Amino acid sequence: MTESAKRGAPARASGTEGFIVYERKRGWAALDLGELWRYRDLLYFLIWRDVLVRYKQAVFGVAWVILQPLLTMVVFTVVFNQIIGVKSPDDKLPYAVFSFAGLLPWQFFAGALARSSMSLVGNSNLLTKVYFPRLVIPLSAVLGGLVDLGISFIVLIGLMAVYGIVPTWQVIFLPLFVLLALASAFAVGLWLSALNVLYRDVAYVIPFLVQLGMFMSPVIYPTSSIPAGPLRLAFALNPMTGVIGGFRWALLGQEFPGSYLLFSTAMVAVLLLGGLFFFKRMERVFADVV
Amino acid sequence: MSDIALRTVGLGKMYHIGAEREQYNTLRDTLTKAARRPFERIRHPGAATHKSEELWALRDIDLEVKQGDVLGIVGRNGAGKSTLLKVLSHITEPTEGRVEIHGRVASLLEVGTGFNPELTGRENIQLNGAILGMRRAEIKSKFDAIVEFSEIGRFLDTPVKRYSSGMYVRLAFAVAAHLDPEILIVDEVLAVGDMEFQRKCLGKMSEVAGEGRTVLFVSHNMAAVQRLCSTGLLLEGGETAFRGTAVDTVRRYVEFASRNLVAAPQLAWVAPDRPAPFGDVVRVHGYQITDDQNRPVAGRLYSGREYTAQISFDLRRADAALIFGLGYYDKSSQALLFVSDVHDVSGINFASVEPGTYTLSARLPTEWFCSQGYEIELMCAMHHMGWILQPGNQTRLAFEVFREDDTNPYAQDSRLGMLASAIRWSLRAEKSSPSVGS
Repeated sequence: MTESAKRGAPARASGTEGFIVYERKRGWAALDLGELWRYRDLLYFLIWRDVLVRYKQAVFGVAWVILQPLLTMVVFTVVFNQIIGVKSPDDKLPYAVFSFAGLLPWQFFAGALARSSMSLVGNSNLLTKVYFPRLVIPLSAVLGGLVDLGISFIVLIGLMAVYGIVPTWQVIFLPLFVLLALASAFAVGLWLSALNVLYRDVAYVIPFLVQLGMFMSPVIYPTSSIPAGPLRLAFALNPMTGVIGGFRWALLGQEFPGSYLLFSTAMVAVLLLGGLFFFKRMERVFADVV
Repeated sequence: MSDIALRTVGLGKMYHIGAEREQYNTLRDTLTKAARRPFERIRHPGAATHKSEELWALRDIDLEVKQGDVLGIVGRNGAGKSTLLKVLSHITEPTEGRVEIHGRVASLLEVGTGFNPELTGRENIQLNGAILGMRRAEIKSKFDAIVEFSEIGRFLDTPVKRYSSGMYVRLAFAVAAHLDPEILIVDEVLAVGDMEFQRKCLGKMSEVAGEGRTVLFVSHNMAAVQRLCSTGLLLEGGETAFRGTAVDTVRRYVEFASRNLVAAPQLAWVAPDRPAPFGDVVRVHGYQITDDQNRPVAGRLYSGREYTAQISFDLRRADAALIFGLGYYDKSSQALLFVSDVHDVSGINFASVEPGTYTLSARLPTEWFCSQGYEIELMCAMHHMGWILQPGNQTRLAFEVFREDDTNPYAQDSRLGMLASAIRWSLRAEKSSPSVGS
């Protein structure tokens, strides 16, 4: 018997000479990325299913994905810019474009959070009937949001064209910020999806959390308007502060959110690692309690 | 070691059941406990966070399955069959002991896991294939074969929510049938679908078994277990009650099951006091078997006498769709005979019956039964709308038949076959026959 078999490493072999042992694992389970990679086709099909079903059920389909941020942007511009008087930090930059560039990553984050937190409970029939690495489920829920993000990104390009704004050269860094947004959503999604299996109350908390979160992130106001001091530190710990700042820097040439980005990235790393360990720790009971 | 496909050592699975038992005396206690509990649960996942009853769904299972074996797992409901399959499929982790598996495993615990009603047949084939562990290229190469096997043909691009239940099940099984594992784990999938479909499933399963692959198969269909499986495992109360050839295992199970059933003193079933479907039309109170003096009978019936099944119910609304039926099964739950007030000559039409309390009777065709054990079951349905008591329900009663006409000394051994007859034979001498050699 091999050493790895004795330790009970969960290796789902795809070759003919597979030797697998299942037994009760103690302590913190190792994160088996190799296994996750072997299940990439399942990940692909789950994302494909979610996107397909989402667009099939909605009467307006893709139109809704375009309209939602566009209408939100219009309302923001009227309420915050025209009525309350929030200004974009740059005189040459219209508030509409400014707020839309912030809405883009925020709506991706909010949507990914809502879907991933419900993902395990929503796929309980799979959890109790089939084996696969459970991480596939929240991951597919988060990645599925990229399609919406892509569509609203095209809308933003159109909006920028209307206002005659040319993206700066920093736009080549945009994928990095998308990646950071993805990591943030996945990190929080890991915690919430696993917690939701154990405590169904989580489902009620999330809409509230998302609503508050938008005001706690620099979506409708620029990062520069956050007052210095402890409040600034608190905002910096919000992963989305760095992401939104980064989006505006890459696309619109706004101020580089240097220190915010540093804090946000560190926060994402902590949340993600903690989330992965927590998820792996709890996943062994998912099928029993979901 | 190389010819072992699957082995379990001291395998056990425990669940916590039952409600909160602790008493919270003060609000402070309640709050501190509530604050502490989430963390306890994170520190010890799967452990009880409060006093609850432990239930061992499986205990001390030592099992060895050789490559190419077809193992039939039988046992009553709650014996631990499904839990065993879940642990072997890596869906849930064992509480104690271990499972060793040599080879690629595919498990089919449910037909159509992950099917999405909004998606078309084509899309669901791809999705379900991936869920069952197929690679994208594999799905592509087997796609045509799956479509052909499923016989859904031109409905391939129709959302499956518009499929009939038969089509749905056929499609789902077609995907599963094209899995290519070395070890196949199958739960009661034959319980669904019509006879034709079940025949096809069994055919496919014996094909898989014939290819030398290892199959673990849970079923209540004893005939199928005997036909398909080489070895058997009988589970009872989460423990191994018997392990041997499939035929012996089925025999043990049948003895076991009938021992528990015949213990019922009277052939009667009383409906539990809870709402049933179509409660606005009918409320079935129960049924019992009585003799020609209208007395309830116990577990033994004699073939020459008259017995009736008396079904008592409240009719709440006249409705032509209401149907009652009785099913007869042999001891291994193989269906033998179904009778109903629409198929037989009853002259009852519930459309013209006043609401009220009624007893519907039908005689038992005991003259068709051998000297052996049978089971009877009450069924009730709203035609084309749904079941009130569908086949496989809790109304089943077991009885033994004793044939008084089998008294000829040459007929003492039990007859072959499931059914008997009371056919009159006659002998006629042919006048013109020449006597040969006398």
